Amino acid sequence: MIQQVENPALEIHDLTVSYDKKPVLWGVDLTIPTGALCGIIGPNGAGKSTLIKSIMDLIPLNSGYVKLFDKELDEVRKKISYVPQRESVDWDFPASVLDVVTMGRYAQLGLFKRPRRADKDAAMSALEMVGMEKYAKRQIAQLSGGQQQRVFLARALTQNAEIYFLDEPFAGVDAATEKAIIQILKKLSAEGKTIVVVHHDLQSVETYFDWVILLNLRLIGSGPTTEVFTPQLLEETYGGKLTLLSEVGDLVKKGGFHAREKQ
Amino acid sequence: METLIEFFSFEYPNIKYVVFGTILLSISSAVVGCFTFIKKKSLVGDVVSHAVLPGICISFLASGSKDPFLLIVGAFVSGWISIIVMDAIIKNTKLKEDAATGLSLSVFFGIGILLMTYIQHSGNASQSGLDTFLFGKAAALVGMDLLAFSIIAVMVLIVVFIFYKEFKLISFDPQFAKVIGLPIQRLEVLLTSITVLAVVTGIQAVGVVLMAAMLITPAAAARFWTNRLSKMLLISSVFGAFSGISGAFISYSTPSMPTGPWMVMILSIIALFSFFFAPGRGIVINQWRRFKIQSQLLEENLLKAFFKIGESSGNFFMEVEANDLRLVRTFSSGQLSRGLRKLSTNGYVEKAGNSWKLSIEGHDKGKRITRLHRLWELYLTKYLRIAPDHVHEDADTIEHVITPELERRLEKLLDYPTSDPHQSAIPTR
Repeated sequence: MIQQVENPALEIHDLTVSYDKKPVLWGVDLTIPTGALCGIIGPNGAGKSTLIKSIMDLIPLNSGYVKLFDKELDEVRKKISYVPQRESVDWDFPASVLDVVTMGRYAQLGLFKRPRRADKDAAMSALEMVGMEKYAKRQIAQLSGGQQQRVFLARALTQNAEIYFLDEPFAGVDAATEKAIIQILKKLSAEGKTIVVVHHDLQSVETYFDWVILLNLRLIGSGPTTEVFTPQLLEETYGGKLTLLSEVGDLVKKGGFHAREKQ
Repeated sequence: METLIEFFSFEYPNIKYVVFGTILLSISSAVVGCFTFIKKKSLVGDVVSHAVLPGICISFLASGSKDPFLLIVGAFVSGWISIIVMDAIIKNTKLKEDAATGLSLSVFFGIGILLMTYIQHSGNASQSGLDTFLFGKAAALVGMDLLAFSIIAVMVLIVVFIFYKEFKLISFDPQFAKVIGLPIQRLEVLLTSITVLAVVTGIQAVGVVLMAAMLITPAAAARFWTNRLSKMLLISSVFGAFSGISGAFISYSTPSMPTGPWMVMILSIIALFSFFFAPGRGIVINQWRRFKIQSQLLEENLLKAFFKIGESSGNFFMEVEANDLRLVRTFSSGQLSRGLRKLSTNGYVEKAGNSWKLSIEGHDKGKRITRLHRLWELYLTKYLRIAPDHVHEDADTIEHVITPELERRLEKLLDYPTSDPHQSAIPTR
């Protein structure tokens, strides 16, 4: 069940990606409507983070292309916001909470320019949105996991983007933080922003998302939650692992082939 | 003292130049070193500093002169190649970063030593002094050399100043930097280039072997004193500058003392001092804090014991023998004498012959601790549903932590209770 839409916010066409030479995503082809609050669901190692990273051009594609608002990534970077996994950075870095949130404004600032008063103001109001304004002066190492995640979200909010990509924002955070984050995401979605979230917990999918992407090395479903989040498709996503597919992947890696022959 | 005045009056222009040069070189490597340090690439400085040696030698062999600009170009190129080789090893082989680092360092240094030995035995008249690159020659930093290296040091500092914000972001979160469209590839090349340049110039002062210390030590020491990158850069350069001045001064006052190694010595002393005494992160400070808490716990536990004896006897100001306190709670005899002595200095107990008795303040404090203990026990049984016989140990810790504000909230929450889960009365405030 893969539903395509007209004038999508995100279009992924025939995407194949390898990680360490092993193909981890095969021929993904999907579209997401503008304003969707979309969850990417799938078991561990299904390629969920890989999908987001390849949309963000952080890993090279073997084949296919990605378009955002019908444009190349480079043309619309200012409309895009990315929240990496919390563990992807060293939180012992010498910076305050405000420093990190202000980094969201660097793109608007451009090279050479120092953050201005207005950028600090934007950072402060983003911190207020996530309920962290009291911690602005704290060193980031002194934050809990949930607080770190809120800081990352605040940094993304300062960008005033049109589409947000969040990589596992609910991993290892407390219940209060999870609730605060989903409320903010719902509000953004109501304002017409498109949100794409890598998500783990099946329990909350139906209440959180109005669009769902089911992924396990290949695309299994993409469409409105009510139509895609069905026992059958979930069974297909989580149940019978396609052992053939992953074995072929291993062979590709071992043989040093390219997942797609170069044209 | 006279030497000190003589030194700082800069009577001899040579001293002025040497001091100026060493300070500039130290600051530029200290500032760049901060980025190397926070990117966890500390060993890269070591690799580069060893790897510039072949470049210097080849440059000399090719040109036959010791023109500092030519030598710098050679050093810069071979320093860069060593980094490329290191990255290529990590990317294309199964070797990990540590092995690649070691490999790159030793191979390049080996080639450098080989070439240098060849040059020394070739009888080239102008070769004398080339080996100063091995151990540095800060004291001879004059003329063209000084000019060349100062220009580069200033350039390095200007680049850091201009690209501070970008360097900070690519050091903290390169993925995010890439997504928001920063040219991270080019910024990385720029940062590596100024690192190599800082190393090339710093070698003038301390030589290849000690260069890594010039790069990393000020940054590592500064990290102890601050949690902000901007302040870290500042503190690090102050440390660098200080080591430059002191190194130059020591070698001036005692001619047999070399400048470079002394600079590294001073830096090491600063780093050690920071390691032990810096507020927040220093070991001694942390130990001291722990000691203070231990003695606070002991005092409060003793007062609680006094109070308990008072409770059962009905007379809170009764004279109590030290050993009687042990019937209420275990104290070692060392703890007893130490704690009681401290309490009497603080005016919480008074000594009467062989016995001790509470002062009014001691009584009040003992009462408060007992009160907090019982309030917390009640809170645990009521709100955490913990069995009454399991709450004591926990309350023994928490009683020392609760602030007056929390105490009031706790009271209110429990609706001003009068007895704890074990039916002991909760003393009123």
